[in-house]
Amino acid sequence: MSKHTLSVLVENTPGILARIAALFSRRGFNIDSLAVGVTEHPDISRITIVVSVVDELPLEQVTKQLNKLVNVLKIVELEPGSAVQRELVLVKVRADNETRSQIVEIVQLFRAKTVDVSPEAVTIEATGSSDKLEAMLKMLEPYGIKELVQSGTIAIGRGARSITDRSLRALDRSA
Amino acid sequence: MTEQATGAHHPQPRPRSGGQSAPEHVTGAQSLIRSLEEVGADTVFGIPGGTILPAYDPLMDSTKVRHVLVRHEQGAGHAATGYAQATGKVGVCMATSGPGATNLVTPIADAHMDSVPLVAITGQVASKAIGTDAFQEADIVGITMPITKHSFLVTKAEDIPRAIAQAFHIASTGRPGPVLVDIPKDILQAKTTFSWPPTMDLPGYRPVTKPHAKQIREAAKLITAAKRPVLYVGGGVLKAGATAELKVLAELTGAPVTTTLMALGAFPDGHPQHLGMPGMHGSVAAVTGLQKADLIVALGARFDDRVTGKLDSFAPFAKIVHADIDPAEIGKNRAADVPIVGDAREVIADLIQAVQKEHSEGGQGDYTAWWKDLNRWRETYPLGYDQPADGSLSPQQVIERIGQLAPDGTIFTAGVGQHQMWAAHYIQYEKPATWLNSGGAGTMGYAVPAAMGAKAGVPGRTVWAIDGDGCFQMTNQELTTCALNNIPIKVAIINNGALGMVRQWQTLFYNQRYSNTVLHSGPEADGKQPSAGTRVPDFVKLSEAMGCYAIRCESVDDLDKVIEEANSINDRPVVVDFIVHEDAMVWPMVAAGTSNDEIMAARDVRPDFGDNEDD
Repeated sequence: MSKHTLSVLVENTPGILARIAALFSRRGFNIDSLAVGVTEHPDISRITIVVSVVDELPLEQVTKQLNKLVNVLKIVELEPGSAVQRELVLVKVRADNETRSQIVEIVQLFRAKTVDVSPEAVTIEATGSSDKLEAMLKMLEPYGIKELVQSGTIAIGRGARSITDRSLRALDRSA
Repeated sequence: MTEQATGAHHPQPRPRSGGQSAPEHVTGAQSLIRSLEEVGADTVFGIPGGTILPAYDPLMDSTKVRHVLVRHEQGAGHAATGYAQATGKVGVCMATSGPGATNLVTPIADAHMDSVPLVAITGQVASKAIGTDAFQEADIVGITMPITKHSFLVTKAEDIPRAIAQAFHIASTGRPGPVLVDIPKDILQAKTTFSWPPTMDLPGYRPVTKPHAKQIREAAKLITAAKRPVLYVGGGVLKAGATAELKVLAELTGAPVTTTLMALGAFPDGHPQHLGMPGMHGSVAAVTGLQKADLIVALGARFDDRVTGKLDSFAPFAKIVHADIDPAEIGKNRAADVPIVGDAREVIADLIQAVQKEHSEGGQGDYTAWWKDLNRWRETYPLGYDQPADGSLSPQQVIERIGQLAPDGTIFTAGVGQHQMWAAHYIQYEKPATWLNSGGAGTMGYAVPAAMGAKAGVPGRTVWAIDGDGCFQMTNQELTTCALNNIPIKVAIINNGALGMVRQWQTLFYNQRYSNTVLHSGPEADGKQPSAGTRVPDFVKLSEAMGCYAIRCESVDDLDKVIEEANSINDRPVVVDFIVHEDAMVWPMVAAGTSNDEIMAARDVRPDFGDNEDD
């Protein structure tokens, strides 16, 4: 079992997310995480999909099928070594006068932020790789996690090269 | 190249070149019909209803677009498919929202599986009502997402020309397929302007047609070095209009050719290098040829499970050259040693040159020993059938005689089942686009509406629908459409009173327990076996009621006379009810889920490949 991060550049059209999600479920893939947002070009959205696969062959098939979708401009698999991957969590942890300072210590340790404090709880914002966030949550768990929300992974390749360059040019040509 | 591919030329749906026309003030509906005229859609099959109604008003005035009023939307969809397959152009069907649109789902799925260029135009409830469970609302874009190549929900009247132009472009280029255009009623009614051509905006759609030169060279090397090659030809060759090129390549290499169910007619059946059809009901020579091959050159074929049988034992000794316009097909089922992405016509043309170059450098393939094996299998296990002992009609003979007596250039369509396989076996297909059937989806009821569409597209040719009595009862209402619209097709009902192919499986795998496959009688109340067949429905009377000329044929003595009579009537549809023996079976057969090595030439007859020593 290996995890793969796909960056999919799509035309910003209605229904594109449904088409992509349907393709994954049809081919029997579970999407671990999904994040969508516009890029520097307002007509292009970028979808970051993290999937677990048993062997490489079916992922290739899904990538090829994704490429066939008319509104998909480009698909790039981002290798963990050559890309920066980040998630965001907001977590509400039970806290009283006795535990609050310990929790704040953990927050500092993980370079997270306390974004809300009340007599019974603190809310923490943290970004990082999924490993780091997992470690932080493990530390916070004994205090009692009241509520947790996590974003999908977003990822970008290291170095000066950009995966959007050529796709943007294609879009400009057709406009 | 002397031979010209007749049927499947490259359609030209792109907007005409030249400047854009001056904007005209029109409604969305008028813009739709003007767009259809501009892309060259000459025939539309459909039924009006509430939400598509605005489009039908300007349609009435169009002198360029003929609308054929069908009796069921499924008929419209298959007719558009038949039209597309016979003419090589994009087929068009139209329906209203809700049930009208959902009735198109089966033909859309069918066209998707068989890569047929189809544009389906559906009405949708008014923009404001979308998502409110309005009367006759169905999310047809959502429903058809997995079975269309692409779809559009038009949200502005000014977008209609672009949506239609893009739909036709996407449907007909690359790997062809169905495209749905869903237009809300208020958009059809809105005021807009029309000018042509619209600007295409498809940055994510760039089908690759030109094959990679290095891969072509690799393939040519493998072909000339092989000892036991087979050219495995699929429907892509017909779609690319590459049949003339295929013949040149086949004769240049001297390699045997097998054409799949979707590719019958891509290579002349009568050609000495033709081994027949591969697959579950393929010829012994074709199936065994692939199994023993050391090289398979797949051209526009997709290693479908009905061709490969049990995949991991398919063609165990073969290297694979796989050429397809759809990169996702390559390596999907069987890994390719030489993958080639490209249009079949360009691939084959380039292969011809590359093989010629190999030849000139002394690399000529020698397949003499291979042909000796192939010819032995061909001669020992030809296709054949027994005459029923009780003197009743043999279905194979009926179909064979229809094929032999049909005028030159006749187009045949078939439903799905035994009659389809017999029509594939016993009719000789010498030219492209003369055999239309539902290969991938296996849609029963395809024959009659597809024949209607084909005849509407090429009225000068004879069109025979070879149908089963089960299939016929699914879509025969379109005979009324044919009778009223001067579309004189001919229908042969191969009437064995049963769902024959299912019955055959019950005979072979379910101990002759015929659960729900008998069509000519219901279950008997007193527990007796259903006995003699009824004539319910009476297909002759039924067809007459729909405005057809109808005859019944029950004896081999009448066979030729009846077929000739049917061939001579061209002023209305003709239906012949051939009462045939119910126990006839389709052979050869590879049982589902088994290896193609286990092919049975006939019941309990396994061909002798010299590997049965331990039996």
